[in-house]
Amino acid sequence: MPRRRADIPAGGLRLMAGPVVSAAMKAQHTASRPEVAERRGQIILEDISRVFAADAIAVDRVNLVVHPGEFFTLLGPSGCGKTTLLRMIAGFETPDSGRILVSGREMQAVPAHHRPVNTVFQSYALFPHLSVAENIGFGLRMRRIARAERRTRTQRIMELLQIDAFADRNPAQLSGGQRQRVALARALVNEPEVVLLDEPLSALDAKLRAELQVELMRMQKRLGMTFIFVTHDQHEALVMSDRIGVMQRGRLLQVGPVLDVYERPSSVFVAEFLGLSNIWPVSALPGGLIETPLGRLAISAPDPARGTAMIRPEKIWMYGEGGAPAGRANMLAGVVREAIYMGASTQYRVELENGAPLLVYDTNNQAAERSWRPGEAVTCELKPENIVLIGA
Amino acid sequence: MSAAAASLRGRAARAERFGRAVRLWVTAGPGLAWIVAFLVLPSAILLGIGFFTSGSYGGPELPLTLQPLREVAGYSILGWSSGNITVLARSLVQAMSAGVLTVLFAYPVVFFIVTRPPAARPLLLLFIVLPSWTNQVVRTYAWMELLGPESALSHLVQSLGLLQPHLGLFPGVLAMQIGLTYNYLPYMVVPLYAAAEKLDWALVEAGRDLYASGPRLFWNTVFPQTLPGLLSGIILVVIPAFGDYVVPTLLGGGKSMMIGSLIASQFLETPNWPYGAALTIFMLVFTCAGLFAFRVLSKRLGGAEESMM
Repeated sequence: MPRRRADIPAGGLRLMAGPVVSAAMKAQHTASRPEVAERRGQIILEDISRVFAADAIAVDRVNLVVHPGEFFTLLGPSGCGKTTLLRMIAGFETPDSGRILVSGREMQAVPAHHRPVNTVFQSYALFPHLSVAENIGFGLRMRRIARAERRTRTQRIMELLQIDAFADRNPAQLSGGQRQRVALARALVNEPEVVLLDEPLSALDAKLRAELQVELMRMQKRLGMTFIFVTHDQHEALVMSDRIGVMQRGRLLQVGPVLDVYERPSSVFVAEFLGLSNIWPVSALPGGLIETPLGRLAISAPDPARGTAMIRPEKIWMYGEGGAPAGRANMLAGVVREAIYMGASTQYRVELENGAPLLVYDTNNQAAERSWRPGEAVTCELKPENIVLIGA
Repeated sequence: MSAAAASLRGRAARAERFGRAVRLWVTAGPGLAWIVAFLVLPSAILLGIGFFTSGSYGGPELPLTLQPLREVAGYSILGWSSGNITVLARSLVQAMSAGVLTVLFAYPVVFFIVTRPPAARPLLLLFIVLPSWTNQVVRTYAWMELLGPESALSHLVQSLGLLQPHLGLFPGVLAMQIGLTYNYLPYMVVPLYAAAEKLDWALVEAGRDLYASGPRLFWNTVFPQTLPGLLSGIILVVIPAFGDYVVPTLLGGGKSMMIGSLIASQFLETPNWPYGAALTIFMLVFTCAGLFAFRVLSKRLGGAEESMM
């Protein structure tokens, strides 16, 4: 998984630097709009709760700060409350308690049609009786912006998203990807402070999705708007986001840069939701050791308070018979039980000598004959620094 | 390909065509026969009667003449009168007003129903439709009481100075308008409900998200979606209301006749069958022309084809 990230153009490294916009872009951004306040595009959620029924708490005391110009992703399984949270920011739902601030302004009393945010809906929600250009110009028309300006702005955004050829078509005549672009254009043309995206790519096929992910990311950086993106797809979240927030049953479990959340999950749920992992209950022993179902393992930073340990499958090194270097810690012998070839990598299920299973990813960076087949004896190395202790 | 195979294929194709014809006649036949026997034939007979001379008992007699059609246009042996045009205009105005009024009543009712929990909706809709299961004459008689000179409604209008004391709303054009609106409201509610129940609320949210609110939100997001139902409703209300017989006869009184009662009187009271037939033909042509104009109009409004009956 981490190796995949090398494919991401330029943006990949930015993740560590936090927010966001490259220096050159920032200069251009502020130069073109000198009046832009520091907090324009910032979102603050304070103790937001939404209860549908006594036993159905959709959103449970969520606190979150989204920085201006950030691509923030709310990630979680369906029904975790991420869409409800988004809808409260948009103004379609009212929180039962808590405060929402957009660009420093309180939003509780502001109806949806006065909020400085625009939404890209999951179903696109394009007006079927209007043409593409009319759909995109709708928001401008409702704000009573003069026809000439409406025209130029609509035209400009259509060119930016390469949909100007369809300007006079009806939404029904467009493909899924084209509709998605129209929905995005319809939001962006209003130059909102914040763009809310509710799983906008979920209806598209994998290839188109990957294309649009990158395009969406570039568009966001170029325009410098804050994007809040809701998805249940962890891969999508990893590819696009500056930071992500993982939600489960209405609660925001962990917020941070993609790399932090992936490498150092704060809970089992986050670890399992983001990528695959080997997770065991552990107990600390003296001397930097932990007791696990795999046996005793050395780790770099023992913490008796944390009773669970995790290692990502791609962080386990595998050696063939006789190939293992001597004198290293955490060398575990086992037998390959299952090998799933996935092109760039192969996923192995290894049964250790004491019967414990271990999931291992290995990059296929060598000739195919060099990969392991079921039944082969291997040695797995779990480097102490790769073992992460997490909470319950 | 051999000649034998070709002839075999030809025979198979003929059998196939025959089978299709049989299926067509078996399925469409009964309905077609019904329409011919009870619509096409009576209309043709009526059409014919319109060209006969009215006999001493009002029945059609020879010779053939254009006199009934001339009478429709207002020419009688006494010269031209505007009577028929008045009746026609009144019928049109009353029917169209009924259309507008039912739309105004139906939208709030329909949106009240579709925003209730799904389980409650059929029951609420039933309350709207239920009255139309009783006889129209009975319901219209009830209005005669409700709108009579001593009724609360009439007193209210009298006290507002809009009506002379001791006079009722009934009989008159107002009573007729109320009766028509009341009678045809379900025919507007049902198609509108069908359209509103399928309403894509995400579009309404998109409208709100894009700065629309209040009437502009309704006009830009709800109205276009309910337009097909609305157009069906207008057809279902305006056309029968235009030719309605019960309401104008019972609530209109002698001074405010509508075309339906005028036609009926030519067969029941006066009688003058050829004139009645000519009136009927005229009404039929007029309605068809109106429907056609409506169709052109609603096509221009867009996406309304499915509403055409």
